[in-house]
Order: sequence, then C-alpha cells, then structure tokens
Amino acid sequence: MELIINGHRKQVEIEPDTPLLWVLRDELGMTGTKYGCGLAQCGACTVLVDGQVTRSCVTPVEAVVGAAVTTIEAVSDDPVGRRVVEAWVKHQVPQCGYCQSGQVMTATALLKQSEKPSEEEIAAAMVNLCRCGTYNAIAAAVRDVAGVKS
Amino acid sequence: MMMRRFAPKGGPGPDQPAKLSRRGFLGAGAGALVLSVALPMGNTRAQAGKIVPGTRVSAFLEIRPDNKVLFRSPFIEGGQGIFTAMAQIVGEELDVDPAQFIVECAPPGPDYLLTMGARFTGGSMSVRMSYDTLRRLGAAARLMLIQAAAQRLGVPAASLSTKPGQVIHASSGRTLDYGAIAAAAAKLPVPSDAPLRSNADFRWIGKPIARLDVLEKSTGQARYSIDLSVKGMLHAAVQHAPRLGLEPASLTNEADVRAMPGVHSVHRLPGAVAVLANSWWRARRAVETLAVTWAEPAGAVVMPADFSSQAHRSKLTSMVGDGVAFETEGDVAAGLRGAARVVEATYEAPHLAHGQLEPPSALARFNKDGTLDLWLPNQAPEMFQTAAAKVAGLAPEKVFIHSPMLGGFFGRHFLYASANPFPQAILLSKAVGRPVKLIWSREEEFLRDALRPTGIARFRAGLDDAGLPVALSAVAVGEGAIGRWYGRQPDKVDSSAVEGIAGKPYAISHRRIGQIHVDDPAVIGFWRSVGHSMNDFFYETFFDEMADAGGQDPLALRRRLLARSPRHLTLLDAVVDLSGGWRRGPFKAADGSRRARGVAMASPFGSEAAAIAEVSLRSGEVVVHDIWVAIDPGRIVNPAIVEAQINSAVALGLSTTLLEEVVYANGEPQARNFDGYPILPPDRMPRVHVRIIESGAAMGGIGEPGLPAVPPAVTNAVSVLAGRRIRSLPLSKAGLT
Repeated sequence: MELIINGHRKQVEIEPDTPLLWVLRDELGMTGTKYGCGLAQCGACTVLVDGQVTRSCVTPVEAVVGAAVTTIEAVSDDPVGRRVVEAWVKHQVPQCGYCQSGQVMTATALLKQSEKPSEEEIAAAMVNLCRCGTYNAIAAAVRDVAGVKS
Repeated sequence: MMMRRFAPKGGPGPDQPAKLSRRGFLGAGAGALVLSVALPMGNTRAQAGKIVPGTRVSAFLEIRPDNKVLFRSPFIEGGQGIFTAMAQIVGEELDVDPAQFIVECAPPGPDYLLTMGARFTGGSMSVRMSYDTLRRLGAAARLMLIQAAAQRLGVPAASLSTKPGQVIHASSGRTLDYGAIAAAAAKLPVPSDAPLRSNADFRWIGKPIARLDVLEKSTGQARYSIDLSVKGMLHAAVQHAPRLGLEPASLTNEADVRAMPGVHSVHRLPGAVAVLANSWWRARRAVETLAVTWAEPAGAVVMPADFSSQAHRSKLTSMVGDGVAFETEGDVAAGLRGAARVVEATYEAPHLAHGQLEPPSALARFNKDGTLDLWLPNQAPEMFQTAAAKVAGLAPEKVFIHSPMLGGFFGRHFLYASANPFPQAILLSKAVGRPVKLIWSREEEFLRDALRPTGIARFRAGLDDAGLPVALSAVAVGEGAIGRWYGRQPDKVDSSAVEGIAGKPYAISHRRIGQIHVDDPAVIGFWRSVGHSMNDFFYETFFDEMADAGGQDPLALRRRLLARSPRHLTLLDAVVDLSGGWRRGPFKAADGSRRARGVAMASPFGSEAAAIAEVSLRSGEVVVHDIWVAIDPGRIVNPAIVEAQINSAVALGLSTTLLEEVVYANGEPQARNFDGYPILPPDRMPRVHVRIIESGAAMGGIGEPGLPAVPPAVTNAVSVLAGRRIRSLPLSKAGLT
C-alpha cells in the first residue's frame, strides 16, 4: 500500500492492520515516534493524520492510506511546529525526552487548529503522560506560543 | 476497518490489537537507522590498578578540529541533566563553553569508577561524587593545551592564557584554537598540579545553563536503546511466565505460530518464550499467539502461587516486637513509661512500578572476532558487562557495553535478576547467529519490573504534660532494596529499609528506630529516593499525628524540635516564606473551595528538603493546587536543572501519593499497563514553586531529594480536610468524600 508520510509517498507491503507506529519505526526506520504503552494511554506515539492528533500505536496502517501523515521528523518544516519546538527549547521542557515527540506533535496540532487556544482548550488537548512530570513546562511553552498569559 | 483517531481529550479505553491477517511481506527494516560503532575499548581489568579514576584526560576528553569537545561521561543521562552538569564542571576549568560539548556515556573502564570506587548512576551521587575530580581533570587538560601552544608558538607557557576555546599570547596578540593544538596536547603528560579557577570567577558553574539535549529531544532526534538497529538484525518479543519462576512446558500451537507472517523462529527461554521475526510487531503478535503451558519446576524458588499484596501486608502488620535497633538515643522504654500520654499508629505503603515511558530493550550482536556488542539501557555499565559476559560465556573484556540515553529510569535500570531483557537478547542472538533486538512490551514490563518494596511502620510516641514529644519508638517492617541486591546481614539493619524514619533531625530525647526483616516475595529494586520514598511519608505524617495529640501546631512543633539545628530551621522558614506564610486551615480559598496545607521535611541523599502542599477535596478526589519546596543541597551546579528536578520529583511523589499501587493476587501483578496502573496525568499537576538554598554544606544530591517530603505534605493537608488521619497510600483508596 502507499502511504503519504511527511509529504513523501512510501510503499509498504505489510499486514493492513499493523499499527501505523510499527510501520513508521520498523518498516520506514523513523524512530522519532515512540512506543510507550501500545494502548493509546500515554500518547508517546502521537502523529498527525490530516492534521488530527492520532495515536499511531492503535491506528491500523490501512486506515491512513491516502491521508497525510505528519511525524515529529517533519515538525520543523511546519511554521507552527517550528514555533512549538522553539518554545520547547526556550522553556527547557524535555527531561528524559521520551514522551516529547508526542507532546510536541499534540501541541502543534492544537496550535494549528486554534491560533489562540484558551487555558481550557490547552488543558483539554495536552493530555499525554510524562513520567518526568514536565507538565508545567509543557503548559508554559504552549501558552507562550499561544500568547496566553498564565 | 475503522480508523481509530483520538480526540485530544480522553480516548477509548484499553484496546487490544486486532487480529492479524496472514499476508506476504517484503523484507523489513528498509531505511532503518544503522549504527556505526566506533567506541574505544580497552581491557578494563588489565588496566585496573594502574589507573587512578578520573585522571587520565584522554579517557574523558577529545577536542576535535572544529573545537567541539567530546566528553565521555561516567554517568548516564536519563533526564536528570547530568550530561549538561558534566559539561559545565569540565568546561569551567577547561575554558570551553558547555554549549560546545558533545557528551556521551563512557564505555566500561577503570577511568570511570568515580562512585565510591565503583560506577553507577544513582543515589543522587553523580555530581557530588565527581565534582572535584572533574574540575581537576578539566584544569589539567587546559594546562596541557597551554603547554602545547607554548611549544607551537615558541614562547614560555607562563606568557599564555586562555579564553573559551582558545589559547592566547597576549603580548603578540596571537591565538590558537584548542582544536588546532589538541592532538599535540594529548601527547603531553597529564599535570597533577593544574590551578583551579576560583569560585568567584565561575562563568558556567552555578548558572542556569541550557541543557545540551533539549533540541534533539524536542524534534525526535534523540536516540534511545529502543530506537537502535544494526545490519541483519532480527526483532524479538517475549511472553513471560505469568508467575515468576514458572517455566514453559509445552507450546501447543508452535507450528501455527511459525507460519505467521515474518516469523523467523520460536524459542524457549528461562521463564519465557520468544519469537524472532523481521519486525517487532510481527514478533509480538506471534509470541502472544503462542499457547504456552507453564510448569513449576521441582525445588525451584518461585513466586508463591498464593502471594497477594493484601495478605503480605497483613503479615507485615502482624509481626510483633521492636526488631533490630538501627538508631538509638536515650532510653526510649523509660521515656515512654514516663510519658503523660502515648500515641500509637501504624502506617503502610504499597509496591510501586517504575513506569518509565521507554519500555526496556536490548540489542545484542556477536562479532566475528568473538566479541559481543550490547546496547541496553543501564545505570551501571561495568556491572552489566560482568553479568552479560557470564550469560554469553565470554570474558568480560570481550563484551562491549553501549549505554544510550535513557527514556526515564527512576532506578529501573540497575542489574536486577529477572528484570532486565539483555540475557534473553544474548541467548536469542547466540541461538540464531544473528543480531537480535528485544523489546519488552509494556505488558511484559509490568510483569517483570523490579518494584519499590512495600512496607509498614509502627510508631509509638510519648508526650509530656505540655504535649511535647519526649520519646519515639518506630519499627519498620519489610525488606530494603540494598540488602536484596548487595547482601543482607541478619543481625544488621539494611539502611534502605529505615532511611527517612532514621536520620531525622528532630530533637526528641529518647528514640529508638528498629527494623523487622520480612522477605518481600516480589522482585524489589531501587526506586527514586529508595527507602525515603515511603519512610518519610510514615514519619512525617505520624509527626502531625503526634502534634495533634499534644495540641501543637505541626509547623510550630517542627520549629521547636529543630531549635538547635539552624540549617533545618532556615530551610523550614524558607519554605514557609515561599508559600506566603503558614496557615494550616481548613480555610476558604478565593474560588470558594475549602483548603488546607500540610508541611513535611526530609533529609535524603545529603540534601535537606522541606515542602508545603495546599489541597482541597472535590467529589472525594484530592486536588493539589500548589506545592512549595525549599531545598538545601549545600552547593549546586545548575539552578535551572535543580528546579526541573524538583518539579519532576514533585510529580512522581504526588503520583504515588494520589494514584499508584502495584497489586498482586495469586502471585501475579494485576495491572499490566497504564490503564490498570494510572500515573499522574497533566490535569493533576499542581503549580510547583522552588527555592534553592546554598548553605555551603557538603554537596548533596538533586535527582531524588525533592520527592520524599511531598507525600507527607499532601497527606497531612488531606488529613486536616478529612478530619481523620490517613495512614495508607495511595489516597485514591482512602474513601474520601
């Protein structure tokens, strides 16, 4: 089947119900998207599918045929994604960093959909788990990009 | 098939992967990252004895022609910021901006044994154990560069100075980049008398320098063990025995599983079965399809089939006596006898999982020259080298340990028998003659994680007529992680079982802290702040119970009992000041909620910490609004990292306070993923306020000390709101209304 990953067409031959996560990681060698729980609990595997936040660990690859998949590898190609990354650096968000691909993608999706999300919208969108507890830094970085004062 | 997309909020519950249809596949691994390996590796044992750890500049530093500095760190980075701290300490003396550093974890070797003659990243020890040594190392390297420049320029070394990355000859205005003279400098003997920079002149030590790895971690470029691959490797997945100690007896559908897409082979391992395939997902689907009968080998020590958390806790609670004494002062029996009133309570805390977000993995490759390369998350390369060599049947120096960045650790990646995947990866690679990367699924990780021990503590306090404590007897019941892995002497108390009950600074005339050892049937290990993670909860919540019984305000009583301890008094006053002044409550907040505050202190890992928490209850759920932490680690290297670590420790401490509990029934853990073992989500994270006090005392730890005061501070506040003492964690089980 043909996938569109970060604007590039990729051919993969794989069982159609293979989770998108493992197609990205093992078939395409794109390891920026992380495996954390495999049950859509933690959000480390978050990618965008046609701009929508999607947990790739439970998304069968056949479901994204024809859709535009965006992964962390291309986040800086997007002007909003670039601002999110800059804010992540400015606020020194990551600690171990393992969940941060998913956090950055989730924040990018939010800020692409809503340039100035409210506090409530930010809280509703930023639900991924972080075992290092970088939640306050994440919120500060998102608010910074959104121009929301805390 | 329906696509599952997840709305930002919520999402469906646990969702098992759908069944795979059998279809052909093309070769896997196309485009996968391939490692090139170029790590120096010596015979560490042959060299040991000749080398003084932390002195051989060439083992640590490589200054490249482009002036970038490669530093091989004795410690592993797992989010605690140690690579950046190393760059600050060495860079300060070397005279190189820390931003110019590339830091990686050093291979096993005698140069890196800087943790009390051994090497591990843990115990919040990295900076405090290596600070002086690494400053001297940086200073020696700078002097070597100056001497090389003196030879190159034909001038006396005394006429040269440095500025970041360059040697300067002031009188002629000539400069030489470090990168241009590094090769010549490396040939010079290492001086032992290089002058150190005075603290007043520090440019980077003590400053909130940006961490070195933040950009790569924000763009998915950071590589963890789980991300690595080598040419020709197979992917492995395992199914562990549901109860530790059982062995695979029969596989009823092995032929079917062999025929599944991408499957290379099916294997039996000690306590597990494995499938090798050309992708991890295929290996996992296949191994989970295997129908395995598990058998209990005769005479083997296994997890008892009737082990349950509840029954074990009852056993701990039923143990009588005062145990083996660990800390005594005065005569506690007499103190209790003479007391006007005695207060008694028993506290308990459950097993905890590490829950680091990167599932464990190991990548093993046997090489044609008889060596073994092993990439794996670990906190102690030499220990893993020795253990891996034993499994592989090789001499330790034939095993090359590579230690990638850790996707969280919190104590998870020490050497724990049955809790590390590398022995399985080695056996599988050996069996098939190809490199193997094994990943444990989250479910297999929950089955084999080494847990924070469970324990209880029994307290008796004697109060005088004025309601002040004059005697305190505490007995901790359970097992400590140090004794489990480093040997336990039956007549001695494992300090990790009592730390946080012992070592408290309060002036109580008669004290006795004892311990009753009871084997913990679970595989236990080190977990961020170790014994302190529960013992300070026990002690500091009982402290408030003591205060209440004597009609004392808990903060005033702490201040009173610390009257002769200026360091602790300063710390306590600092956290009160940071929080805007003490008020225990209950009080009404601006939003109409009924709130209370709790205070607690801890003395973990050479540092001193105090915390105040403000909480309310909403429909029986604890809401933590703010946590204020004052920490005195003596001296620090990076205030921004300290603040980040306090935030992190607060989050983890709060997570255990509110939510976490590993429950065993029938010898098996009941939760196998985060759906059954919830961890702190973002909407329960409080505001965190940090004040750092550099008292000038001996340097203490940073990674763990922020945690232990959090559970008691929160619980003390909750107890005020609930109108009853809460003596068990997590609070989700407290039946609050």
